[in-house]
Amino acid sequence: MSSPVVEVRNLSKRFGGFTAVDGISFEIGRGEILGLLGPNGAGKTTTFQMMLGLVTPTSGSIRMFGLDLQSNRETILQQVNFSSTYISLPFSLTVEENLRVVARLYGMSNIAARVDDMVKKLEMGDWRHKLTRKLSSGQMTRLTLAKALLTEPKVLFLDEPTASLDPDIAHKIRAILLDERQATGLSILYTSHNMREMEEMSDRIIFLQRGKIVAEGTAKDIVARFGQADLEDVFLKIARE
Amino acid sequence: MAYHRIAALVIRHLYLYRRSLPRVMEIIYWPFLDLVVWGFITVYLATFQGQMPAVVTFLLGALILWDVLFRSQQGITISFLEEIWARNLMNLFASPLTPSEFLAATMVMSLFKVTAVSVVMSLCAWLFYGYNVFIIGLWLMPFMANLVLTGWIIGVFTTSLIMRFGQEAEVLAWSMVFLFQPISCVFYPMDVLPAWLRGVAAINPAAHVFEGMRGLLATHAAPLTNLGLASGLNLLYLGAVVLWFHHTFNVCKERGSLVRVGE
Repeated sequence: MSSPVVEVRNLSKRFGGFTAVDGISFEIGRGEILGLLGPNGAGKTTTFQMMLGLVTPTSGSIRMFGLDLQSNRETILQQVNFSSTYISLPFSLTVEENLRVVARLYGMSNIAARVDDMVKKLEMGDWRHKLTRKLSSGQMTRLTLAKALLTEPKVLFLDEPTASLDPDIAHKIRAILLDERQATGLSILYTSHNMREMEEMSDRIIFLQRGKIVAEGTAKDIVARFGQADLEDVFLKIARE
Repeated sequence: MAYHRIAALVIRHLYLYRRSLPRVMEIIYWPFLDLVVWGFITVYLATFQGQMPAVVTFLLGALILWDVLFRSQQGITISFLEEIWARNLMNLFASPLTPSEFLAATMVMSLFKVTAVSVVMSLCAWLFYGYNVFIIGLWLMPFMANLVLTGWIIGVFTTSLIMRFGQEAEVLAWSMVFLFQPISCVFYPMDVLPAWLRGVAAINPAAHVFEGMRGLLATHAAPLTNLGLASGLNLLYLGAVVLWFHHTFNVCKERGSLVRVGE
């Protein structure tokens, strides 16, 4: 692996007596796609939120581009973005207005050209002037992905980016992400409940269970180590333990 | 502070006003309605002009200035609520935007609202009641500036409470400012308050602004003491509530509740 862009060391988060994340450590290299797997409540979302500076860790450290997140928040977040099926953008703005606001927020230049480019790339041309509240869930997913890619991040956090998309668009989105990685060296932390997608997209996978890392490696390695037929069977085995 | 991030948030809110009738009504219709009701009361009271001199000047002037404070507070709090309703806080605070820049943007929105409401009310007061708000003269500017600051203080305080306690506290966005109205002595002098409440009013910057306005209209004396007290208290409180906002923001990040505000 090339030198790590993201370094997480002994990261923990406790909410009162409940430990959501329990001393996890991992790295993501430049241009690497790391899959984060685990059943509901395993600590994936809390890990994401800590890496985006939205939740303060109880202990441990998060470093990106060689800088500590706590003390270099602005510099790091300028180069990071995220997309999640579970978030939205302001409903009363059109698709294009939302993208323009995001571009301004990140201090992008040539905003109109960048927005045009993203609209074209994600095939949003027919509904770029539509109010966000009128989008279907699949269109909303594409919009949140567009807002994440618009700012040309070096690290991207994706929480189920293809959930609610039809197979054709989901396939196109995966292709766009792989192209971006190829072209710009984009590093991605990726979650999905689609095991085939995880196998296709991830260079390595981390399995979380009750806040701890219980398995780490390539999809093939993990399947072999657990003696299962595929990643889905590994998931079921871990989730039911 | 990065000005492009503040500008981005302001533009995001201005987009809302472009096509939202309720939001435009908030700036035009409600202040206008307030003015009409109080205008008629004033016209009625003016028939007793002998017993109550300058009642027209006092009441309409006080109403316009009270709306400056009210809209200034709303500009801050409603801007925050808009982000909660749009479930946009996560997008904002996962970006390089800092809490200070967020506050600065809400303050710019507050100034936008105050300016729009002041123009609407002053124009209507002049058209319908022949009342010229500029009768107060150049002193109007420091009076208004102090009321904007007081509005910001109440707005930032309320925003912090909503951030900390979530949806249950949303009602404070509309009601909090009215807790301060009795001790702001908007329509009556501080002297009419009971002694213990006078002590409370004395530490309220808005009360000194309205006292100053009445004094100026009655005696034409420069309201320097009132303005000095109002400005000093405003700066002290503004510093305190901004620190408290940052503290609350950090507490919410610690508890993981920042991304769940409004749920």
